[in-house]
Amino acid sequence: MKSVRIIPKLEVKGENLIKGIHLEGLRIVGKPEAAAWRYYQDGADELIYIDLVASLYQRDFFLNIVERTAQRVFIPMTVGGGIRTLADVKMALRSGADKIAINTQAIKNPKIISDVANTFGSQCMVVSMEVQRKTDGSYECYTDSGRTPTGLNPLTWAKQAVKLGAGEILLTSINQDGTLNGFDLNLIKLVTTNVPIPVIASGGAGKKEHFRQAIVIGYADALCASSIFHFKKAKIFEVKKYLQQQGIKIRI
Amino acid sequence: MKKNKIIIIIDYGLGNLNSVVRALVATGAIPRISSDLQELAAAEKLILPGVGAFEEGMKGLKKRNLIKLIKEHVQKGKYLMGLCLGMQLLFQESEEFGLHKGLSLINGKVKKLELKDKSYKIPHVGWNQLIRPKGQNWKDTILKNVKNKEMAYFVHSYAPFPKNKEFILAQTEYGGEIFCSVVAHKNVMGTQFHPEKSADVGQRILKNFLKLP
Repeated sequence: MKSVRIIPKLEVKGENLIKGIHLEGLRIVGKPEAAAWRYYQDGADELIYIDLVASLYQRDFFLNIVERTAQRVFIPMTVGGGIRTLADVKMALRSGADKIAINTQAIKNPKIISDVANTFGSQCMVVSMEVQRKTDGSYECYTDSGRTPTGLNPLTWAKQAVKLGAGEILLTSINQDGTLNGFDLNLIKLVTTNVPIPVIASGGAGKKEHFRQAIVIGYADALCASSIFHFKKAKIFEVKKYLQQQGIKIRI
Repeated sequence: MKKNKIIIIIDYGLGNLNSVVRALVATGAIPRISSDLQELAAAEKLILPGVGAFEEGMKGLKKRNLIKLIKEHVQKGKYLMGLCLGMQLLFQESEEFGLHKGLSLINGKVKKLELKDKSYKIPHVGWNQLIRPKGQNWKDTILKNVKNKEMAYFVHSYAPFPKNKEFILAQTEYGGEIFCSVVAHKNVMGTQFHPEKSADVGQRILKNFLKLP
């Protein structure tokens, strides 16, 4: 049986850990390194750090947080937020990232996916997709933190990303993000059952049962969540214990 | 004694060595990254890290004249641990992108994971169990304080298959394929997973390597 990974997402603005709803509206929920450490102790399988400022001038500050975390937290770390060039990737890796997540730049310049895969290995290249569910039930990819529609269908784009060398897909539902109302199971299943690489599902986890649904109904390979952990609705360990009791292979 | 804490990580141009350094620092080791022949020759313990393709790995070692050095280090009875690609390089050959010769410190081949269950994805990414084979004892090994079936973090598409079953310290199952996840033959050992990314169990294994007499 495949084991499933639980991955908290930490969005960082300056020195603060932030959480939004539908990818906007920012609420300060604490300090990033303290949260990273706590989640590591609680059994997080990996961490995702997103730089919400994502500007050239503030990059150092964010990467210092990544570096300090890397000194104590010995699980894979994915770093994302405004990554545009191979130089950006190299700096992030040097600071302690194992994988890089790219959304906007991957759509604007898809060659970055193969450049990163060829230079650093596919395992390092996580293509991040932020997806809006339309009123007619169809899906569309967005860039720039959920602000700019692209006209791209997530499955079409995911398949293209795989061809270009993506190692994993980070799939976020904009509609569900921050709502604690559950994952978009249709969206997850659409992608996971049609691409040969691992898919990390994100957006909407509010209780333990949501994780089980995403695995059993959505076939997600990994689950990413923030609100549920940041707002202490459940602890990582509790979620993992519950999943194990449901017969899911997971690291305890 | 300070000297006992020094572990040298072989720099042969592949992979981000900083994570290995950080993880070793946390165990109390004094890690150094080096490709300097004199420094490496004087080392008591060497780590061969690596992320990437087998052929590139061997090319990197060849380019820096490290193959002879590593073999002499092992001949002298000094400890060598390979991590991930580094473990694969210990073997005779690999099928990755053609057939390529390895260090031949351990008999066996590196082959692509042949999954019986096609719903499993390649590469093998994530946490998986380290299983103690029947008849194997972990006492006095780098797995001495690891519980059977504890999980470690894997990222790979190829895996080693040692000819001598007694060198298989731990094995792991993925998609119906069972491969060697920890190999040990006297002073040469290796892990297919990344101990520097395997949380507490990884820390214990690195610490055990540090503490080898």
